[in-house]
Amino acid sequence: MSLFGKKEKETAAVTYISHTGDTRQVSARIGDSVMEGAISNGVDGIVAECGGACQCGTCHVYVDEAFLARLKPMEENEDEMLNTTACPRRPNSRLSCQIPVTKELDGLIVRTPEAQQ
Amino acid sequence: MSDGVVIVGAGQAGFQVAASLRQEGFDGPVTLIGDEPGLPYQRPPLSKGFMAGKQAIEGIALRPPPFYEKQRIELLAGDKVVAIDLTGRSVSLASGRRVRYETLVLAVGARNRILPLNGAELDGVCYLRTDAEAVGIQDRLKQARNVVVIGGGFIGLELAAAASSLGKSVHVLEAQTRLMARAVSPILSDFCRDLHTRRGVGISLGVGLREIAGRDGKVREVVLSDGGAYPADLVLIGVGVMPNSELASAAGLAVANGVVVDQQLRTEDENIYAIGDCADHPNPFAGGRVRIESVQNAIDQAKCVAAAIVGRAQSYQAAPWFWTDQFDMNLQMVGLSGGYDRIVTRGEPESRKFSVFYFKQGRLAAIDSVNRPGDHIVGRKLIANGTPVTPEQAADLSVDLKALALPAAP
Repeated sequence: MSLFGKKEKETAAVTYISHTGDTRQVSARIGDSVMEGAISNGVDGIVAECGGACQCGTCHVYVDEAFLARLKPMEENEDEMLNTTACPRRPNSRLSCQIPVTKELDGLIVRTPEAQQ
Repeated sequence: MSDGVVIVGAGQAGFQVAASLRQEGFDGPVTLIGDEPGLPYQRPPLSKGFMAGKQAIEGIALRPPPFYEKQRIELLAGDKVVAIDLTGRSVSLASGRRVRYETLVLAVGARNRILPLNGAELDGVCYLRTDAEAVGIQDRLKQARNVVVIGGGFIGLELAAAASSLGKSVHVLEAQTRLMARAVSPILSDFCRDLHTRRGVGISLGVGLREIAGRDGKVREVVLSDGGAYPADLVLIGVGVMPNSELASAAGLAVANGVVVDQQLRTEDENIYAIGDCADHPNPFAGGRVRIESVQNAIDQAKCVAAAIVGRAQSYQAAPWFWTDQFDMNLQMVGLSGGYDRIVTRGEPESRKFSVFYFKQGRLAAIDSVNRPGDHIVGRKLIANGTPVTPEQAADLSVDLKALALPAAP
């Protein structure tokens, strides 16, 4: 079995900017979450302890304002979990495990907070 | 150069020790040894998202290969530690290799309890623990029509929900008189039974099993002690786990309900810790010794030990929390409810959004929340801090629990 198999899949560009300004753009697979796009490409700044189950609040990101309206609205669990993040919640705060990468989000920019836990 | 930290077991707990050691700035060698092939991965999705076809197996690895290189974590996958030499401070592997340690962390996990039942060896009778087993079960589910699940605990019910959502005819057999009896109150057992039966899952409680019957080596039906039988071309067994204590025991370390450790998760040998599913540890939320099988426990114990290794030893006192997803129900639990003497509900079970608050001698001990994530999140704070909450406050929807969780104004 191959975890992180090299199967060709459609991708979208996602840029992660750390709190110190380090910028990484990756080709995230369509259908993966923005969290998975970070983890599978070795982007630091996202921890994702619960593996994307929306249970831990350690994949917190600040979404670039230009993309906010294109995201599907958050569910109650994410909303509650965002009150537990290590860094302050802002109006553009989301949990990256709850943002699926889509074609429409190509070019997405998110900023990772100073701490996740 | 020191011999560094050797971690036995590359599951959630073992992986987290390695990752946290580097986060803590530990600079010595870190070796992570796992008996399964491949990269460390998450187990929760195996019975949930992956089984229901919502999550790809490629997505469950905890980190991709470059992570281990970059973090200088030597991953020895597909090799098994067969002995610990306490005086020589080394472990022997099945491959014949020997690895020396300065500090050893046992994160050896648990294994499925095997049902002593005639016919359990038939083709089509499966247990779930590993990713390979999950892939095997999912493959069999494609052909299966009648699925019998033995065990009405979290894993059994998650599997039942996944199989049912794939259009299979599913029947759950449970020896206890209610579902998830070890973990939750009767209110939740009843709610869950209703949830499953509404979706067409059959539930039989308080049943004994006579045998699993087959033909030509393949499973055909599960026969109950009273003679009744359920046809099955796939039988999934989830009847609990047993800690992997043998390695520690053979080395002369104390074992009871798992590997015995103190408040700092250290075994009798000061160079050896045990964490995660295998650790029999004193837990302030249990009011005694306990062994906890959960992601939270694996991660928090791993962090506790990583901190101890870099010189910040502390007692383990993280509040336990758990979750299970079955159909559209997200059940989140915090605290340990065992031994409760009073329960109240917040919200009505009929509304499908409610929480059960468990009290022990007047103190809030645990909260189980069904589709009420707000209660769960604030509950983590209330339980962790031991905030006084009365049953009347808990049951009263007009009381803002968040306000209780905030520290009192000076």
